[in-house]
Amino acid sequence: MLETQHIAANPETSSGQRNFISQKVNDFPPSGIRKFFDLTASMKEVISLGIGEPDFVTPWHIREAATYSLEKGYTMYTSNSGLLELRQELARYLELHYGVSYNPESEILITVGTSEGLDLTMRAILNPGEEIIIPDPHYVAYPADIILAGGVPIFVPVSEENNFAIKASDIEPRITKQTKAILIGYPANPTGAVIFKSELNNIARLAEKYDLLVISDEIYARLIYSVEHTCFSSLLGMKERTILIGGFSKSYAMTGWRIGYVAASRQFIQPMTKIHQYTMLCCPTMAQMAAIEALKRGESEVERMVQEYDRRRRVMLKRLNEIGLPCFESKGAFYAFPSIKTTGMTSEEFAERLLKEEKVAVVPGSAFGQCGEGFVRCCYATSLANIEEALERMGRFVRRKAP
Amino acid sequence: MEQVFEILEQNAKASPEQISTMVGIPASEVEKIIKQAEKDGTIVKYKTTINWAKLGKEEVWALIEVKIAPQRDLGFDAIAERIYQFPQVYSAYLVSGTYDLAVLVKGRNMREISSFVTEKLAPLERVQSTVTHFLLKRYKENGEIFQPSLENKRLAITP
Repeated sequence: MLETQHIAANPETSSGQRNFISQKVNDFPPSGIRKFFDLTASMKEVISLGIGEPDFVTPWHIREAATYSLEKGYTMYTSNSGLLELRQELARYLELHYGVSYNPESEILITVGTSEGLDLTMRAILNPGEEIIIPDPHYVAYPADIILAGGVPIFVPVSEENNFAIKASDIEPRITKQTKAILIGYPANPTGAVIFKSELNNIARLAEKYDLLVISDEIYARLIYSVEHTCFSSLLGMKERTILIGGFSKSYAMTGWRIGYVAASRQFIQPMTKIHQYTMLCCPTMAQMAAIEALKRGESEVERMVQEYDRRRRVMLKRLNEIGLPCFESKGAFYAFPSIKTTGMTSEEFAERLLKEEKVAVVPGSAFGQCGEGFVRCCYATSLANIEEALERMGRFVRRKAP
Repeated sequence: MEQVFEILEQNAKASPEQISTMVGIPASEVEKIIKQAEKDGTIVKYKTTINWAKLGKEEVWALIEVKIAPQRDLGFDAIAERIYQFPQVYSAYLVSGTYDLAVLVKGRNMREISSFVTEKLAPLERVQSTVTHFLLKRYKENGEIFQPSLENKRLAITP
């Protein structure tokens, strides 16, 4: 009876039901990429530079190892933290590549992609209203993960003049009593920017001065060209303040496997594992088996792919600058982030018209935050032939639109 | 420098300008490296991998195991040369194991290959025995897989 009255009294929804969706989710803007995806999917023969994943298939030996594990019947749950062998291999890998040492028994958690790692981090550390500082432009999930965990994202604009690397001096004025952590991602999606050790050290000093955590999203760490990657937790005194997030998707071309990890001191891994054990239980066993193989024998494949990306990167950067879309030299990930300001269009307009008129898909910079306006993200994880053809078409488009 | 050759090995049509962009050394330098390599035989030849089956062309290939009695002072080289000089021989390798030479031969039909083996190869002095394996299907050659390339499985736009 009461229910009937309630439904009748609520004119908001067309079905006559009340709105069952939580306020937080209701108010939440959908990903700016979504709309673009729908548009692109509806068209044929599009060359897409809008993809955020490798064009390589997972190396065969990794796929073969996973298949073998299925044949052998490894289809059960693993420990919540992930297979010990995988954590041990990972500890060895982190030590070897970044000179950081984590105890595989207590300081590493295997997650369902870095996406889960980010979400777990936010849920583990945030009280309602607490703030996390993030760069703008940023990976699309950063603000979402913070808001869904009850926190508040505070944006620090990063600019082209600084090669899109976040600066400690821009972070400091935005620190308040509510600030809990600084979230940085490098090499960065969407810009391809890297952050050098000197600036990372400045950020580390801020973390100490204001007693903050640093969440370091280093999923693209292996995709870095002619410069060195510095792992944040390798900085002096930072291991205890860093939540290091990484994964297999980009370096081993394993996006669909959904496997990543969090490495941090025990005080952070324990509460995260608590959430993980209730919400995810464990990462798929098959993916964990594949990841062990990747760590044990995947190095030459990583090097092969990195070399290939680097060649494509050079071609794309050169061509972008030639056709009149100035682009800073991105040194990591597989993105170029050219400015489209000379065309006089917004990034969304640019992307939409480029798609309709020349059938090339790029992602408008505005999808990654306000400061992404005036830029578009072009991914070079596609064949050289595709890159050359796409840039040819973009050149034609830009010449036509020239004021 | 090695990178220049790696790129050319994959795509003989890559221009010095393209290679220059890809590896970040000046085009004039790339040109010089290539010229030098062509001269000194580092670059042996520019060839194309063709899937003849697509044109419906009938070709017969065979891999022949050849056992040889080596010659004093000359080892296998003299007899190997006598064999690889035949135009029917596409590739020839000295191998370890139960036989000595692995010879890949090509012919227009089976008869052509069998007459090569019975009339030319097997009667050669020092050739002790041959085992001929006709190729039934080629899956992969020179690092290239012979099947329609995998269709694109990626979504058009991803974060």
